[in-house]
Amino acid sequence: MLAEALDAYTTAARDVGNPSSLHAAGRCARRLVEESRERIAAALNARPSEVVFTSGGTESDNLATKGIFWAQRSASLNRTRVIASAVEHHAVLDAVDWLGTHEGATVDILPVDETGAVDPDALADRLDRYRDEIAVVSVQWANNEVGTIQPIHELARLTAEAGVPFHTDAVQAVGQIPVDFAASGAAAMTLTGHKLGGPVGVGALLLGRDVPCTPLLHGGGQERDVRSGTLDTAGIAAFAVAVEMSVKSQQDYAARVSALRDDLITRVRQVVPDAVYNGATADRLPGNAHFSFPGCEGDALLLLLDAAGVACSTGSACSAGVAQPSHVLIAMGADDDRARSSLRFTLGHTSTIEEVDQLLAALPGTVERARRATAWKTPR
Amino acid sequence: MSGGVDSAVAAARAHDAGHDVTGVHLALARNPQTYRTGARGCCTLEDSRDARRAADVIGIPFYVWDMADQFHESVVDNFVAEYAAGRTPNPCLRCNEKIKFAAVLDRAVALGFDAVVTGHHARLGADGLLRRSVDDGKDQSYVLAVLTRAQLDRAVFPLGDSTKAQVRAEAAERGLAVADKPDSHDICFIADGDTRGFLERRLGTAPGDIVDSRTGETIGTHNGAFSYTVGQRKGLDLRVPAADGRPRYVLSITPKTNTVTVGPREALAVDVVTATRVIWHGEPTPVECDVQLRAHGEVVRAEVTVEGDTLTARLHEPARGVAAGQAIVAYRRDPGGDAVLGSATITAGVPVSSGPAEPAVAHA
Repeated sequence: MLAEALDAYTTAARDVGNPSSLHAAGRCARRLVEESRERIAAALNARPSEVVFTSGGTESDNLATKGIFWAQRSASLNRTRVIASAVEHHAVLDAVDWLGTHEGATVDILPVDETGAVDPDALADRLDRYRDEIAVVSVQWANNEVGTIQPIHELARLTAEAGVPFHTDAVQAVGQIPVDFAASGAAAMTLTGHKLGGPVGVGALLLGRDVPCTPLLHGGGQERDVRSGTLDTAGIAAFAVAVEMSVKSQQDYAARVSALRDDLITRVRQVVPDAVYNGATADRLPGNAHFSFPGCEGDALLLLLDAAGVACSTGSACSAGVAQPSHVLIAMGADDDRARSSLRFTLGHTSTIEEVDQLLAALPGTVERARRATAWKTPR
Repeated sequence: MSGGVDSAVAAARAHDAGHDVTGVHLALARNPQTYRTGARGCCTLEDSRDARRAADVIGIPFYVWDMADQFHESVVDNFVAEYAAGRTPNPCLRCNEKIKFAAVLDRAVALGFDAVVTGHHARLGADGLLRRSVDDGKDQSYVLAVLTRAQLDRAVFPLGDSTKAQVRAEAAERGLAVADKPDSHDICFIADGDTRGFLERRLGTAPGDIVDSRTGETIGTHNGAFSYTVGQRKGLDLRVPAADGRPRYVLSITPKTNTVTVGPREALAVDVVTATRVIWHGEPTPVECDVQLRAHGEVVRAEVTVEGDTLTARLHEPARGVAAGQAIVAYRRDPGGDAVLGSATITAGVPVSSGPAEPAVAHA
């Protein structure tokens, strides 16, 4: 957490007060929540009333996809088609899948190219064909695994022209690349605190004022009657500080971190010439580098790098802790082996050249060792 | 680390001894929900969580290794194929041979580790001999005797000098939450413990005859000879009582004719056992030793001879319920724990009354 966000948190957490209470302490908490709402709105070019506080990215994604689907279907029984890209986070993919299995939705998955990008023509084609049947379109702003940035303005514009609400999961984008909600043309946008230096457990859905959305959670209706639950004043205050600071420093951050990242990529290619670079070259999150290392298993690489003091990621693991082949890489056309041989290196605010050096020092031996470690797969 | 108490204490002891220890939990089920659920076993989400918590308490890194495909191929498919061939496999032994001390060991060594530490109850001393645990009731040397010299050289069994009760007490002292977790007994990939049902689902039903060994008469039917084990008495469901009114036992299984042959208890007795796939640690033969013919079975004195890939044991007193597919393990008596001389997979047992030509146990 950013020091400033942590300060905001601890300061607010000392004070009692439910922002929904009418007494002085309640009003004080309420003021902090509303100021935070304004700060977030200003940082992302939204209206304060468009900021709906939630418990984070997963809730916001579920609220946007399910809530907008329900509202659209209520307005017009024909609107049962849901469109999402193949590389969405599971918070969107599984929510959409649930709509298919439990709510009779037709789930329409948009393919991506080998860099992980959605082709706007593919969306335009669907909007043409199914215009009156589509309840919601959801495409992430940037991918959490390979860092590919989607042509979000174009996708949102096409969708809006068809009269369909467009949701984007911008969890990975805010603070990393310029994000302007009003200019994007999106009807709804997800963001979360812990990806930008704020606390875990607080996030928001930016929801256009004219976008009907049926609540997931019923109760006090604290957030525009779209979301219920006592507001986490301290978390929201810290979240707002983090959003404001990360947006303000975005340009400098992106310049510094992408230079470090490009250095990492160049050097990985030098020391492991057959490493396969995954994702886009230009339209990419500044801190993201992603490679497949042929002949290796990602979890073996991770174990060895972990022991060398380098934390990296293989993608996702199931609840038992087993590394799974990434649905993102599979959607990009990778086979199972390539998907399983992949590692993501993420750089951030605290990353240094020394850390990149440390990775590069460990990597050649790690890859060589991991290659030898695949022989166990052949039964003897 | 299965998530049980033994592997947790074994890891803790290895860590205490100054080794650089990494905890590994094996994911063996392709879909965790399809294997046994509940507190016992090695394949559930709860077990993986228990193993992770034990690693946290010990203070070692922890990873889950996905060996589901290898386990399925080498252990589960083999288990089914062995029953289909009329033999009685031991999947725990097979898992040690093909997974824990093969796939896991090979991967670990390639990744830079020196050895695989497990919570098996057996001793492996400085002399390199595999010996029984001090806890007779928990001894697992029988299912480890299949390991080759090379495998044993990379194995560490820190629990062999302790009883299970001592292991549990130590786990409690160490603050390991699994201290009183129940032991696992069942086959981990048969969720409900119903082996016959499992085999029927995999192999389908194949009705056939149950034949009396004395009269040659068909005295019952079955849904698949593969469901039976030599020496089995329960579950025969025979409607024709034996002439002498005494219980009948499965004497042999003949997959070719899908026949289960039953007879009196005496007919189960064998005094010569032949076996193949021999692992032998160099003792010259013939040798006088003890042999054990099934897991937790009694031991019998015997003269064991190894010739090529065939082991022959001449038993000094007859043994019953000798099933092809089970292991025969030869032990030399030793006050410091009986030592494993070698092991092999039983192919046949020769009945006491007959000549050497007529095996009582089917082999394919």
